[in-house]
Amino acid sequence: MRSLGRYILFMGKLFTNREPFRVYLKLFFDECILIGVDSLVIVVLVSVFIGAVMCLQTAFNLVSPLIPDYVISLVVRDMTLIEVAPTFTAIVFAGKVGSNIAGTIGTMKITEQVDALEVMGINSASYLVLPKILAGLIMYPALVIIAGFLAIYGGYVAGTLAGVITAQEYIYGIRSDFMDFNVFFALIKALVFSFLIVSISAYKGYFTEGGALEVGISSTKAVTNSCIAVLLADFILAQFLI
Amino acid sequence: MIEIKNIEKSFDGKQILKGISAKFEQGKTNMIIGASGTGKSVLLKSIVGLIPPDVGHVFYHDRDFYNATRNQQKEIRREIGMLFQGSALFDSMSVEQNVMFPLNMLTKMPLGEKKDRVEFCLKRVGLENASKKMPSEISGGMKKRVGIARAIVQNSQYLFCDEPNSGLDPNTAIVIDNLIHEITKEYNLTTVIVSHDMNSMMEIGEYILFLHQGTKVWEGSNESVFDAESPILQQFIFSNKLMRGFRQINQ
Repeated sequence: MRSLGRYILFMGKLFTNREPFRVYLKLFFDECILIGVDSLVIVVLVSVFIGAVMCLQTAFNLVSPLIPDYVISLVVRDMTLIEVAPTFTAIVFAGKVGSNIAGTIGTMKITEQVDALEVMGINSASYLVLPKILAGLIMYPALVIIAGFLAIYGGYVAGTLAGVITAQEYIYGIRSDFMDFNVFFALIKALVFSFLIVSISAYKGYFTEGGALEVGISSTKAVTNSCIAVLLADFILAQFLI
Repeated sequence: MIEIKNIEKSFDGKQILKGISAKFEQGKTNMIIGASGTGKSVLLKSIVGLIPPDVGHVFYHDRDFYNATRNQQKEIRREIGMLFQGSALFDSMSVEQNVMFPLNMLTKMPLGEKKDRVEFCLKRVGLENASKKMPSEISGGMKKRVGIARAIVQNSQYLFCDEPNSGLDPNTAIVIDNLIHEITKEYNLTTVIVSHDMNSMMEIGEYILFLHQGTKVWEGSNESVFDAESPILQQFIFSNKLMRGFRQINQ
């Protein structure tokens, strides 16, 4: 509870007495590259393979001749939109971006770079964290959209190459009974998850004290706590929005 | 001038600073000395506003820092330059960008003017050829000099140095000490240095505040330190052979 209280106060500090937005502009674009563009390779790899595995696993489990083959791609599509693209990518994102944020800010903290900002009269929390949160809110949904497309495409490639479904059936399946709310739901999840991952990781980094060992511990905690928060938020959003 | 009045600070029930008062004059290199763990850095951080004291006041030319509004505190902080123990240069920025950082953040100076100012400050600390280097590419002494350039670039009135020559060889340490002393005189700064280096104290300490277990034990100049009657101070200063030899010669 103490940590939660400190986290909320930390969030409040981001918006009080902050610098003018022009200051954050360059930082925001730098962070967009670090958070978004630099995560592209891992997101592409993970989503293509997860889509491929989902397609083959679904085909393997649908043994009844009464179920048409296009159901395989329908299942891949819905699982991708509802869970895989926003949530699975969030776990990967927490591992890559979360640990990086906690490590960077933690190192700045123990080497007194954060103090140097404070002495200059700059709100260090706001200066270091706000551009990351804004960049996360823009770039993570974009990553989720890319992950969604690629997971479905991965399923298509794997399914057709393995011969479990034809290209026509796969495309028919992903177009049947499409609910556009699922896309909206995935994007809401993306916004919530990105905020949680970036802010929790920044919080863990910002309150690092000690040396290199503690920076490592902060990075690990950032990933663990972000994943727990993402899964919890996933459950709450599913409960309230579906 | 900076005046501190009755500064007290405790951590987890343990009192680190016990009612410390002192005056740090403008145009002088003021030093806070004492053994490790005696509260020197905590006192310095209390003065610059990084660790608010439990009790007491810090006045910057009669402006009470801890009773000022947030904006007034911001104004005072913009007159402060600080050299940290590990230099605290921003890793992702070059030497030039590090020195220009306070100007980018705190002023609306045109780019050309900022570049001129940075060039001037780097030249002043003897680093005009290192402007494009990254902090990881320069030595500890050079990092300290960049830290000094960054601290004075915005025409600061107050300069704080936390153990400015820790981790430096004796020659470089003297260079850094002299640089701080020269800059203090040149710009009429109020400089406060935390150190436990006796060489520094003898070289540049015009006003010395000696702390022991969070208490002010002695204050005076580097010339009067040999005549100080405090046994704790005597024990601290003359703990090494070199200083004992120096005392014998002096006597």
